[in-house]
Amino acid sequence: MNRSRVTNILLIAAAILLALFPLAESTFYTQLLTKVMIMAIFAMSLDLLVGYTGLVSFGHAAYFGLAGYALALMVPKYEVASLWWTLPAAMGACLLFALVTGMLVLRTRGIFFIMVTLAFAQMLFFIFHDTKFGGGSDGIYIYVKPELKVGGFEVASLERLDHFYWLVLLLMAAVFLLLRRVLGSTFGRALVGIKMNEHRMRALGFPVFRYQLASFALSGALAGMAGYLAAVQYGFVNPEILSWHQSGAVLMMVILGGMGTLYGPVIGAFAFVLLQEVMSNQSWFGASARHWQLAMGIFVILVALYLPQGLAGLLQKVGRKPEIAEAADE
Amino acid sequence: MDFAFILIQLLNGLQYGLLLFLVASGLTLIFGIMGIINLAHGSFYMVGAYLAWSLSSMTGSLTTAILLGIPLTVILGMGLERLLFRHLYQRDHLYQVLLTYGLILVFEELRSVIWGDDVHGVAVPALLGYSIPLTENLSYPVYRLAISGVCLLLAAGLYFLIQKTRLGMMIRAGASNREMVQSLGIDIKLIYTLVFALGIALAAFAGMINAPLSSVFPNMGSQVLIICFVVVVIGGIGSVKGAMAASLMIGLAETFGQVLVPEVAGMIVYVLMAIVLVWRPEGLFKRA
Amino acid sequence: MKKNIPGGFDRREFLKGSAAIAGATAVGTLAPFGLARAQGAKLRVGLMLPYTGTYTPLGVAITNGFKLAVEERGGKLGGREIEYFVVDDESNPAKAPENTNKLIQRDKVDVLIGTVHSGVAMGMAKIVRETGILWINPNAGADEVTGPLCAPNIFRTSFSNWQTTHALGKVLKAKGHKTAVFITWKYAAGEQMMQGFKEGFEKEGGKLVKELYTPFPQVEFQALLTEIANIKPDAVVAFFAGGGAAKFLKDYQAAGLKGKIPLYGSGFLTDGVLDAVGDAAEGVETTLHYADGLDVKKDRAFRLAYAKTYKLQPDVYAVQGYDAGQLLATGLDAVKGDISKKADMIKAMEAARIDSPRGQWTLSKAHNPVQDMYLRKVVGKENKVQGVAWKALADPARGCKA
Repeated sequence: MNRSRVTNILLIAAAILLALFPLAESTFYTQLLTKVMIMAIFAMSLDLLVGYTGLVSFGHAAYFGLAGYALALMVPKYEVASLWWTLPAAMGACLLFALVTGMLVLRTRGIFFIMVTLAFAQMLFFIFHDTKFGGGSDGIYIYVKPELKVGGFEVASLERLDHFYWLVLLLMAAVFLLLRRVLGSTFGRALVGIKMNEHRMRALGFPVFRYQLASFALSGALAGMAGYLAAVQYGFVNPEILSWHQSGAVLMMVILGGMGTLYGPVIGAFAFVLLQEVMSNQSWFGASARHWQLAMGIFVILVALYLPQGLAGLLQKVGRKPEIAEAADE
Repeated sequence: MDFAFILIQLLNGLQYGLLLFLVASGLTLIFGIMGIINLAHGSFYMVGAYLAWSLSSMTGSLTTAILLGIPLTVILGMGLERLLFRHLYQRDHLYQVLLTYGLILVFEELRSVIWGDDVHGVAVPALLGYSIPLTENLSYPVYRLAISGVCLLLAAGLYFLIQKTRLGMMIRAGASNREMVQSLGIDIKLIYTLVFALGIALAAFAGMINAPLSSVFPNMGSQVLIICFVVVVIGGIGSVKGAMAASLMIGLAETFGQVLVPEVAGMIVYVLMAIVLVWRPEGLFKRA
Repeated sequence: MKKNIPGGFDRREFLKGSAAIAGATAVGTLAPFGLARAQGAKLRVGLMLPYTGTYTPLGVAITNGFKLAVEERGGKLGGREIEYFVVDDESNPAKAPENTNKLIQRDKVDVLIGTVHSGVAMGMAKIVRETGILWINPNAGADEVTGPLCAPNIFRTSFSNWQTTHALGKVLKAKGHKTAVFITWKYAAGEQMMQGFKEGFEKEGGKLVKELYTPFPQVEFQALLTEIANIKPDAVVAFFAGGGAAKFLKDYQAAGLKGKIPLYGSGFLTDGVLDAVGDAAEGVETTLHYADGLDVKKDRAFRLAYAKTYKLQPDVYAVQGYDAGQLLATGLDAVKGDISKKADMIKAMEAARIDSPRGQWTLSKAHNPVQDMYLRKVVGKENKVQGVAWKALADPARGCKA
């Protein structure tokens, strides 16, 4: 229990540091960190499936992208819409889509599950890519950002980089706490139980399918939150946000950070985006930065081989005596 | 739409399906027998195509290029299996996804460094460079038909290898129970290395033999990758028979989809896959 | 829709952008950048182009062309030396706004040059309109960029998709073709080129009997070729590019359609693939704003210089990059390198008559080239010029209210 207190202190310290960052007045890095935190929310949502429910989804970008498109299609072109209804509506759309697809995909397991989630994401990709209503392959713009008002008073202006940054930070923390709460509940323990031994849980009388579906839907809705925020950040959605590359990238973040822990995906999102940032920086590496994907590829392979528990696992190993297993979190 | 038109489209669909089978066969082997999910399969297809191009422009003959290229890809497959894949057999699919995703990046960049980023063509062997007239203004290239023939031969060969030979028996046994086979004194490690190399060589061979039709260009691997996954999943993982059935299904669906419902042609295969999996969650054919 | 999108934020962002540029001449607030921005310091040019993936050769050619234009002016534009900042956009629209920001916010570039992929250009346009930074687009042909999205600070030195096929209508009419089929990928660029052709052809009394689309970036054409053979139009017009174009040309020949139904296309169908397709493209006629064997003095000089510098033959992309450099030079010369005088600079650029390897061109109101469209024919490994298909073709710039 001492250990969890240390973790909590570290987390709070990290949150405070992050909260102070926009005061440094670096426009670009504020925006970059905003994006990283959005990806962190996205990665946490996937970790709920991969790390805790034992379902490897290779089509999670579907929910991310769907929420972005939902926002773009919902808001009137030149009028301000309120965040209070657009965010729940976008997440609701994802929740619904996740419920429907979940009923179908949860009939499969293992490799089949990976592939079917991919298939549904691809379907959605082609719907937005090949038809006109979502702007086709060019995508669509969201001209006016949603507003955040309480009783006529503007709490935060999403057009201001620092306000938006803090909003995203707040939501990231909220998702973190929500998931921690959920996973600590009977429901969460049951999920982990199902991951470990589905048959036993079924024999014990747990409604396995319903639990998994609930987890799948919650995960989809949270991915939708990330997608909504990403669409708000730059005001632009394109079919590419639902592509399998996007699904692959977020899966990388979860594994790189360490699945089955909640802070792992957050670390993973930071590491993945910042690493790419560094490796492709031509002013540091000159012309060889052009081949940054080679370095990235090798790095990913090394992680797969030598860091199965991700960076979080590495931290735990460094931070603790090796014999205490991560029993509580598993 | 007259009858002849439908017949020709049927031929197109079957022929495209056979082509898909050629690329997907290696994937289903590695998938089914070794339980490895290999996202880099498309990269090996690309490597094959680029080898066909560079070797045939060196030697002047596609046949020579293929004969030289196959041993090279077998060596590549064996090397990768020893170096990387061997460490992942006991692990979750997740790590296989991660590792092979990394491999895609590596292969794509190495291709750029070694062979550049231009589009290249490979000549059809002179012997097969003809077309058979079908209607007054449409004819069918003999090379396409030849590839279909090769695909059928290959399918039969694979089926024979797995179902009828001693090696095939060991492979099948190894797929269902690794430990037991090992305790019988069979070198399971060697078998895995061989299967993996065979799968890679099949992908590369598909790239080589297809190069005259498809041309050789960057990112050509990722184009075929996803569709191959669909083939394997619809057919049932590890089933050669299933891969054949699924390939033909998809070939026909895409062909007629483009003609009849062009607006949603891009989605058709995925809808097909969803339907099959809802109906039969483990694909059309369970593992043979 | 106004020039700037209504709503307070847009103007605010715009002002912020211009304030940053204006701050250049004032005493620097952020030390290193302020210093760099003083008069006489290096001009910061951001190149946002694909350096990985399918479009890599295009990104490289544009970069080469641009740098050649700068080198020819002694490495200076408007008296100022150039410092390059390069970002690989990976041709990924999902990352476009972020990558654009990287150059504008992180590297504080004065001018933005890019890109190839239209989807990425759409993402750039969003940020560019918000920040007001000067943007020269050396390739991406999305009609919208110089249509509904046009703005004083947005320039293009290449083409609009509409332009590349519009002149084909006249060409087909002249050859006596009355019906045609258009075949392309199902995505925005393909549809826009189809539209450009359709308008041109129908104006001449022709009939587009069928539009055929194959999912992007699929390269299995057999089903649609069979359909073409069944329809038997007088002519086929196609747009594909890169590997897809090479495969289409070969399949068209192998299906026996070549020689029976003449094939035409947007110039991109036969650009950069002639080495790959053997004789499959021989005789195919296309329209584009550049060609081999042009009787243009500037072109001969350009080709020589390019070949000498890069040990490579230039292509249409290199020309577009080169002209981006020339256009920027015109603007900077007019204000003697003082980029803070943006209005004057834009005025000079709008009035420019660019002495391009493709022949002289000017800019339309929407800042898209008004240029000659050449009819070219594939002869051996060259897209030989056959004449001018349309003199000074201007994009209609639909939706541009600038």
